[in-house]
Amino acid sequence: MEISGAQALLESLKHEGVDIIFGYPGGVLLPLYDAMYANKDIKHILVRHEQGAAHAADGYARATGKVGVCLATSGPGATNLITGIATAYMDSIPMVAITGQVATPLLGRDSFQEADLTGITMPITKHNYLVKKTEDLPRIIKEAFYIARTGRPGPVLIDIPKDVLVNKIKYKYPDKVELESYKPNFEGHPKQINMAVKAIAAAQKAVIYAGGGVIASDANKELKELAEKCNFPVTTTLMGIGGFPGTHELSLGMLGMHGTAYANYAVTECDLLISIGARFDDRVTGHIARFAPNAKIIHIDIDPAEIGKNVRVDVPIVGDVKKVLQALLAKLPAKEKNQPWLDQIGEWKKKFPLSYKKEGGLKPQFIIEELYALTKDRETVIVTEVGQHQMWAGMFYQYDKPRNWISSGGLGTMGFGLPAANGAQFGRPNALVVDIAGDGSIQMNIQELTTAVNNRLPIKIFVLNNCFLGMVRQWQELIYDRHYSHTQLCNNPDLVKIAEAYGAVGLRVTKEEEVRPAMEKALAINDRPVLIDFVTAKEENVFPFVPPGQAINEMIID
Amino acid sequence: MRHIISVVVENKPGVLTRVAGLFARRGFNIESLAVGTTETPDISRMTIVAEGDEQDLEQIIKQLYKLIDTMKVFDLPADKAIERELVLIKVAANDKTRQEITQIVDIFRGKVVDVAETSMTIEIVGDENKVSGAEKLLTKFGIRELVRTGVIGLMRGSAE
Ligand SMILES: Cc1ncc(C[n+]2csc(CCOP(=O)(O)OP(=O)(O)O)c2C)c(N)n1
Repeated sequence: MEISGAQALLESLKHEGVDIIFGYPGGVLLPLYDAMYANKDIKHILVRHEQGAAHAADGYARATGKVGVCLATSGPGATNLITGIATAYMDSIPMVAITGQVATPLLGRDSFQEADLTGITMPITKHNYLVKKTEDLPRIIKEAFYIARTGRPGPVLIDIPKDVLVNKIKYKYPDKVELESYKPNFEGHPKQINMAVKAIAAAQKAVIYAGGGVIASDANKELKELAEKCNFPVTTTLMGIGGFPGTHELSLGMLGMHGTAYANYAVTECDLLISIGARFDDRVTGHIARFAPNAKIIHIDIDPAEIGKNVRVDVPIVGDVKKVLQALLAKLPAKEKNQPWLDQIGEWKKKFPLSYKKEGGLKPQFIIEELYALTKDRETVIVTEVGQHQMWAGMFYQYDKPRNWISSGGLGTMGFGLPAANGAQFGRPNALVVDIAGDGSIQMNIQELTTAVNNRLPIKIFVLNNCFLGMVRQWQELIYDRHYSHTQLCNNPDLVKIAEAYGAVGLRVTKEEEVRPAMEKALAINDRPVLIDFVTAKEENVFPFVPPGQAINEMIID
Repeated sequence: MRHIISVVVENKPGVLTRVAGLFARRGFNIESLAVGTTETPDISRMTIVAEGDEQDLEQIIKQLYKLIDTMKVFDLPADKAIERELVLIKVAANDKTRQEITQIVDIFRGKVVDVAETSMTIEIVGDENKVSGAEKLLTKFGIRELVRTGVIGLMRGSAE
């Protein structure tokens, strides 16, 4: 029997286990939307802006580990996905973005709503396709999902002209992917692993530095085993939060620009740094030449291009983090505790704990602490926007499990949180999903409240409202002589009314004693989103702070 | 340092853009780029000449490998590579100079491929030095037009 390209697309997605797509229709997609009309297997979530579709697919992927799928029409619909695709690319999130394209005879003629999407997305996708023939569609879908989720995960874009959706083919889904030139390396080289064993044996003051790769490869158990076997403290990147239990005594929290003082000191002093699924981003390393200056470096990563990209590496191991750690653990003899090193770290922890001054208005850190106290015993996914609130949410909430912290690390995308929270809630219907937001960020994709309301998503949006683009204001305060150029948001709309207008619940909190009751009230509402507008201290800063260009042990601590 | 990088890729639309784009994004200047099919029609080989230090080169090779359509990437070391370029030079000529030009062309084992009343067009094949040498000597006659294919290269011997 012959079926249309649109039907073949849906069948192929079903084959890949896709049960939800976040999308927005348009002219060239009509054949597909028509095919969806009768389709019961794949749920389509209508967002209110394509950027929301991309971030929702991304949030869904981060919360579940599955491939997220988003869909947009040609031209403006497709270009609206770009920020979402770039966000997923920078954080190595498995995603398949499907875009409609003008019919093949119209390609390249500046036709109505034509944009060269494969051209535009080349630098921000792991790979992309322009489908020229309907017969190629099943194979391309198969390849796209394979590429998106294997190796270093990432977004793959499939651009599909309208006629390709209309033409009919004899449908058969391929059972194998045949990609001559794409063969990720999963197993670490035994020789390198032996070298790592030796380096670990010789180390006195080691630190493990874990990134998002630990979460992507589901290696949190192995990481914990390694840390406990060797008694090595563990610091994580922003993307690695939750890869190692935050409440563990060996946990150092985050390192880098807004890392803990003890993590930054430990990394600066260590003689062995074991980097696991992390990429030595400049926000982590600070002044690169003075980063871990005395350390031998072991670098484990699935992407060979990451090794030696930013720092010199003594023991490179290319492979899947989980597999490499398993091989390493099998060969690694138990290591005696280096008590003086752990004592030194304990002392730093005591001397420079994460803290804040309690006086001077409602403190954002206090709000996060209260949220933690209230929700630590239930399955909670914290999603964030970008700014100071993001850093506080990373610092003052403890994450003991992976995939409970969802934040735009690499691209730092304001407007990510709300749609990503929607996606996360679809993926994890039983979890409590909280978007911690700033008053600036929340206004970037606030229209996605409709998506949440329409689908009765009980997400909570906690706006830490400081009437500023806080993180930028902080830099202006500390580096630009308090010139608050265009960072004041004194004309913010009434966010409570906005929430209500969308059909969500809106609450406002201005005092400490109102925090807990408001949160409890919000948590009790299960059939719609709740936004709490927390009116916080205006000029609170995120500390520690490593000024740009400095070494990470040169922090402003408070 | 000058590097000759040979990239073996699947012969598909868009691959050239991907490769060239990768160089551009990383701030690498491509001096020359030559592309053509290989003994296997669905595989192409690109020969790229670019400037950069060892570390830059290592990174670019790794990034090239990340492209899904890349099959193999080699850095062709100068002492182990055969490198060739074809240049066409249209040079001003008249009865007086034609002979001298022909002599120069002979020395470079080039070929005169077109003669007109006021010009001659010459083809020279060789490595970069030879081509540049010929170009220099012909300059005094007045070069009207010049086009180079860009370098192509292969490793010497049987092994790659
Ligand atoms: C889309 C986008 N535009 C601009 C920026 C630059 N930026 C980074 S943080 C920030 C301020 C964020 O303000 P807000 O959401 O109110 O959070 P706060 O820092 O006050 O907690 C800005 C403008 C960005 N990261 N993303």
